[in-house]
Amino acid sequence: MLHTVNKSPFQNTSLESCLRFVREGDVILLIEDGVVAATVGTSKADMVTEAMKKVDVYALDADVKARGLTRLLDGIKVTDYAGFVDLVDQHKVQSWL
Amino acid sequence: MAEELRKIMFTVRKPPHGTIYVYEGLEVKLIMAAYDADISVVFMDDGVYALQQGQKTGDLGVKGFEATYGVLVDYEISKVFVDRKSMEDRGMTVDDLVVIGEDEDTEEDIKPSVVDAEEISQMMSEQHNILCF
Repeated sequence: MLHTVNKSPFQNTSLESCLRFVREGDVILLIEDGVVAATVGTSKADMVTEAMKKVDVYALDADVKARGLTRLLDGIKVTDYAGFVDLVDQHKVQSWL
Repeated sequence: MAEELRKIMFTVRKPPHGTIYVYEGLEVKLIMAAYDADISVVFMDDGVYALQQGQKTGDLGVKGFEATYGVLVDYEISKVFVDRKSMEDRGMTVDDLVVIGEDEDTEEDIKPSVVDAEEISQMMSEQHNILCF
């Protein structure tokens, strides 16, 4: 399963809910405002780091760059639009809109 | 060779009436029910508020949908689930939930099934498509 999250964890609980339903081997892709969850030093960082023990967490490069986010958590994989397409192609998708 | 029945899950995560999502989602479910598909619906997060009994939307001037939920089983949408934690976090119990149909044999009310996250995750992984409302 691919789970996409497009909102900041400070705006709503989508990421939190997503993390409650992911299973070992799933993939999370942070897009749009969701990418802020990938940064270091936030109060949500531990939650994301913990999640990375069982799932891969990606952040969409264009959204990371657009927000000037340079300090990402260890383990966050950055992907571009082509990678986004590959992920969608490889998995079933749940969008945590 | 017969094609595999398509498994389509609807996840409802938004509360009703503040936006049109829940209502539109219900319309899509009813449309999809007209096709041969294995449909399931999961209410989670604020989506569980959509299942609260006794919604009176008259003063808002919008159409309520409790009556439509009441015939989901008649539309052959009987796989209706509620995330237990989402429901309990909001102080709701099974008693609060709308009826989605009637058992043909016993004539007893059918209610959505309350399930845990693990079971929902398992069902998600078995779907062909998941549509989020």
